[in-house]
Amino acid sequence: MSPTLHSILAFVQTWWVELLCAVLIVLVVPLVAGYIVLVERKVMADMQARLGPMRVGPHGLLQPIADALKLLIKEDLIPDNADQFIFWLAPVLSMTAALTSMGAVAFGPWFQVARDINIGLLFVVGVSALGPFGIVLGGWASNNHYSIIGALRSTAQLISYETTAGFALVSGFLLAGTLNVRAIVETQRTDQAWYVFLAPVGFVTYLIASIAETNRAPFDLPEAESELVAGYMTEYSGFRWSLYFLAEYANMIVVASVGTTLFLGGWLRPFPNVHWLGWLDAAPTLLLVAVGAYCVFRAGKQPARVQSMFMWAVAFGCFVVAAIFALAAPFRHLPLQFMHDGLYGAFWFLLKVSAYIYIFMWLRFTLPRFRFDQLMRLGWHILIPLALINVVDVGIALALSSEFGVNRWLAMAITTGATIGAAMLLLRWNDKHAAAASAALLADSSVAEGTHAG
Amino acid sequence: MLDSFIFYFFAGMAVVSAALMVTRRNAIHSAVFLITTLLATAGIFLQLRAEFLFISQIILYVGGIMVLFIFVIMLVRLDVPLPQIRSRTQKWIALLVALAVGVEAGVVLWLARKVPGQGLLIPNAAPADKLPPNTEELAKGLFGMYLLPFEIASVLLLVAMVGAVVMAKKRTDA
Amino acid sequence: MMPIGHYLFLSLALFLIGAIGVITRRNVIIVLMSIELILNAVNINLVAFSRYFGDVAGQVFALFIIADAAAEAAVGLGIIIAFFRNRETVLADEMDLLKW
Repeated sequence: MSPTLHSILAFVQTWWVELLCAVLIVLVVPLVAGYIVLVERKVMADMQARLGPMRVGPHGLLQPIADALKLLIKEDLIPDNADQFIFWLAPVLSMTAALTSMGAVAFGPWFQVARDINIGLLFVVGVSALGPFGIVLGGWASNNHYSIIGALRSTAQLISYETTAGFALVSGFLLAGTLNVRAIVETQRTDQAWYVFLAPVGFVTYLIASIAETNRAPFDLPEAESELVAGYMTEYSGFRWSLYFLAEYANMIVVASVGTTLFLGGWLRPFPNVHWLGWLDAAPTLLLVAVGAYCVFRAGKQPARVQSMFMWAVAFGCFVVAAIFALAAPFRHLPLQFMHDGLYGAFWFLLKVSAYIYIFMWLRFTLPRFRFDQLMRLGWHILIPLALINVVDVGIALALSSEFGVNRWLAMAITTGATIGAAMLLLRWNDKHAAAASAALLADSSVAEGTHAG
Repeated sequence: MLDSFIFYFFAGMAVVSAALMVTRRNAIHSAVFLITTLLATAGIFLQLRAEFLFISQIILYVGGIMVLFIFVIMLVRLDVPLPQIRSRTQKWIALLVALAVGVEAGVVLWLARKVPGQGLLIPNAAPADKLPPNTEELAKGLFGMYLLPFEIASVLLLVAMVGAVVMAKKRTDA
Repeated sequence: MMPIGHYLFLSLALFLIGAIGVITRRNVIIVLMSIELILNAVNINLVAFSRYFGDVAGQVFALFIIADAAAEAAVGLGIIIAFFRNRETVLADEMDLLKW
């Protein structure tokens, strides 16, 4: 056997778990992103008092498959004077950045591609910062005015809110004392507190910044249909567009995972150290059994036989997964503990990520869109100073608790109060200035229009 | 084995991208190739077990400086390809001088490599698994011995930020 | 463990390509990009020696160089934008106002 082949086989043998995780991520994330789109449409429908997709498959469950097939068989158009190389490269860059940053995210104690890297969460944040390149290059390569304006606006928004997100994460890193993903969750277990309770301002700031980072409403001016056709995605059709789209939803999963790991306790169940709440360990099994029972109940009410068969199949799947969870439960204290930890950890992690993404969707269908100057003003004038003050305050609280022996919760409460006070002052200052600035902006444009028309 | 494969991959990517970067007529293509060069350099840092520097390179250089370059190229409408080389003789002189310097330095490095005990005297480098954690070491350096340069660097960045804003501002003529 | 000569060769090659870019190109923005390439070559050198001597000073210096390159790129591009607004050109040949 040649030495190259031997070394390749040795590599695969040592790293097979990580390689398996990587392959699973690349295969599963596009499918999951498609189903997140379906969930979004259903949630949107629910908030608008209607039903959403119902025709394709029972309750619209096959809608993403239909959409994916449609996109794959669409004609691939390349505009005439577009830069061929960069037109091809841009969606690939977006997708690559989104999927690579998933490499360091730990979806459970045992599902992580890049384990034990020193810079853990910073790697995720840094590599997802390569996403804006796909956007700005794609917009430029389309040779279309709307695309370039949309791309520049989107990139300006993304890089503005990256700073805020970074500072918000720093306040979490100060509490955790490490950048290693697994160590962050472990310290949340030993500190017996999810960092959202210790640093709530950091969490809220990160939430807002991550909404802006993924171009979601209310920060979705760059891709708003009424404003710029489709922004940087205007000239992209079929498979290329689906790459951009999947990159956006993969980015959503990534920022939700980062927020969950750092602030919401990662894969820990609520109150991991409290023993009398140990019955919460049975929550995954019970939840899945409940979903399966509901599917059985609805299966009897489906109009067509194939739809009720599908519901029975979904119910069967739920019961099988619930059985896997139940079977793994007795292994908690046995040598196969990793199976139990991995399964249950992954369940809690995905539950929290889903809650985070549900908040994204909730805000999308509730709040109106920001105007671009309002967006920039919010980012630079309000959120960055707030995030900075938050970092200083968390540092002061940690110094108080470690040097002067003040109780950690008390110190954090005091400094969080100080941060919120500073936020109020910032908002009041901003209101005075923003009114003047907006008035000036509108006066300029109306004067210009007046002279143009007159 | 894996180590040297990673090194040759990233080194080749860096050199090829750099060569492509300085020869493109379109400024955006040059910027894209500079991005790949910087990513390859980050890969070299990772291979040298300097993890924090790897991610700093990606966040600061690629995610910050290159975005700035691309913005300026787009705003200044530089994407129109222009004849880019000054004069043919100048190009050849530059290549000749670069070749001369390269050959000279290369010969020095090559000869130093062959002389045992002299030349590049490197003490035993720590094997990869026994290295102290990189972020903590860098933090100890930055906040310990190199605290003053750290503070001066932050003042420098503040000055640069103010300067760039002032210079790029539109003149409001009276 | 690669012998350190490899890193020095790589750093030298990138430095020379950057130098050729600075000397040969007309477009000032591409000259600035070649300067960034030169700084990167120096960074590779510093980090390689930092690894082989076990001293973190090389990496600290490289970090400062990255911060410095950011500041320089920002100011340099500001100058280019200001110049472009006045002279409508970014070709180094045409930036010859100082000589009358």
